[in-house]
Amino acid sequence: MTAKRRSPYPYWFVLPAAVVFTVLFLVPTIASFWFSMTRWDLFQTEFIGWDNYRQFFKEPFLVQGLTNTLIYAVVTSGAKTILGLLLAVLLTSGILWQGFLRSVVFFPVLVSTIGVGITFAALMHPTKGAINIALSYVGIDGPSWLSDPTLALYSVAFIDIWKGVGLATLIYIAGLAAISPEYYEAARIDGATRSQQFWRVTVPLVQPATVTVVTLSLIGGLRSFDIIWATTKGGPGFASDVLASVIYKQYQAGFYGLATAGNVILFLLIAIIILPLTWWFNKREVDL
Amino acid sequence: MTSRQRNTGIIAFLAAFIIFILPFVFTFFMAVKSRQEAALFLFTWPSEWHFWSNLVEVVQARNYMLLLAYFNSTIITVGAVALLVIFGAMVGYVLQRRPSGWNKLIYAGVLMGLMVPPAVVPTIWVLQGLGLFKTIHGMILIQVAYGLAFSVLLYRSFIATIPRDLDEAAIIDGAKPWAIFFKVILPLLKPVTVTLILVQSIAIFNDFTNPLYYLPGRENVTVQLTLFNFQSQFQSQFNLLFMNILLVTIPPLIVFVIFNRQIVAGMTAGAVKG
Repeated sequence: MTAKRRSPYPYWFVLPAAVVFTVLFLVPTIASFWFSMTRWDLFQTEFIGWDNYRQFFKEPFLVQGLTNTLIYAVVTSGAKTILGLLLAVLLTSGILWQGFLRSVVFFPVLVSTIGVGITFAALMHPTKGAINIALSYVGIDGPSWLSDPTLALYSVAFIDIWKGVGLATLIYIAGLAAISPEYYEAARIDGATRSQQFWRVTVPLVQPATVTVVTLSLIGGLRSFDIIWATTKGGPGFASDVLASVIYKQYQAGFYGLATAGNVILFLLIAIIILPLTWWFNKREVDL
Repeated sequence: MTSRQRNTGIIAFLAAFIIFILPFVFTFFMAVKSRQEAALFLFTWPSEWHFWSNLVEVVQARNYMLLLAYFNSTIITVGAVALLVIFGAMVGYVLQRRPSGWNKLIYAGVLMGLMVPPAVVPTIWVLQGLGLFKTIHGMILIQVAYGLAFSVLLYRSFIATIPRDLDEAAIIDGAKPWAIFFKVILPLLKPVTVTLILVQSIAIFNDFTNPLYYLPGRENVTVQLTLFNFQSQFQSQFNLLFMNILLVTIPPLIVFVIFNRQIVAGMTAGAVKG
């Protein structure tokens, strides 16, 4: 026994988690910087410097994967944030069947992404799909949602928004519940209109929820893979390829070094976007 | 309730029905149709109901692959969630109770775990080196590594609400650290543990990407991968494909109906505090 009294909160409690996390997460992450600079077949590595990165910024389809990732993340995150807030305001205003409607909006979050992807691929079928048939009833000639190169990425983004907006709504509902009703009373007494109350009271005071929604949905959007893989597999051509699907394709093709370079680029992209955003959000947090 | 609130509710319900409920109705209709009728893709009432025969056929397909997949997915989910509960609570406990320089390091790890995308090929390389690639227990440990950050944060904030007096009373009684944790603290964490079990189970059960990379091979198939395999192998049997979707959607639906409140609590953790 040591003379010093041992802490009742020993550090070995952290050990099991730390070992698993270090071996299976930190080590591969650190190793990825090295492997991204090699030609690699899992057994032999050959150092080739920045060649993989050069290829990533030179090959048109890889560059497209990069820009698509950004578009996809901004579109899905933006839509989830705006729609999530509007839905949350609607679903806290005491309307009929409010509780049931919350459940309906939220349920898609919990179901299989692959299942949702296959279902929407069928609904979005250019000639037989229910969406275009419904549109034809009102005289609109529906497009080829998932096979038109200019549209495919946005169609997948739409499915992603459909599936994920429930989580944003839920987070906003929790955020709205934390706003004291006194602020609204004071605003009403001062004669603020409904839209003034929304912009001057709700939006600033719900900011912690906004931070959560924007951060979570941006990270999710940048890393998005399964919904794209279940619907278009990055096609037609490379029209809806994102970094995560490019990584998988390079992995399948046996270009492990190139796939790992893609991973490092994705990591840096997320860090470059999320870290300044968090810093900016923290800086302008409202003081009460 | 004002008449305005009632009318808005009715309009919102109609919109929600078209946007959110009809796709599920479509899935159900497709799942019970005959093979020929399902191939038409039309959103129509099934002319014949083949619920039972489609169910049997999809379960028997490819030598009962779906049952094997359910078995594998269940083992992975249960194993990973059990470890996430214990490991996450232990870290959250020390992190909250013992302020020190180490905490910065732990927080850095948590932040990385939440943000950094896993480096897949190097992870396969590590798993191969350890003999864990293509194994169920390797998959369990991967899910633990990826889920830890969320577990630690959830437990840390809940443990902050448990008074230290409890620990101190146990310390005075001469209890060892592990006894204090497992006999005094862990039972008190039950509400947040239920939430964590639900949220992580659904996430791991629905996970597609990680088994795709780390668990290839027929005998290792998981539930989400059966769906994906079905899509490519049985192009003409859409009724079975959608029956498979239905079978994969039902477990989360049941869990959601029973544990709605706890799931919502878990999903919104951190929304208020930021």
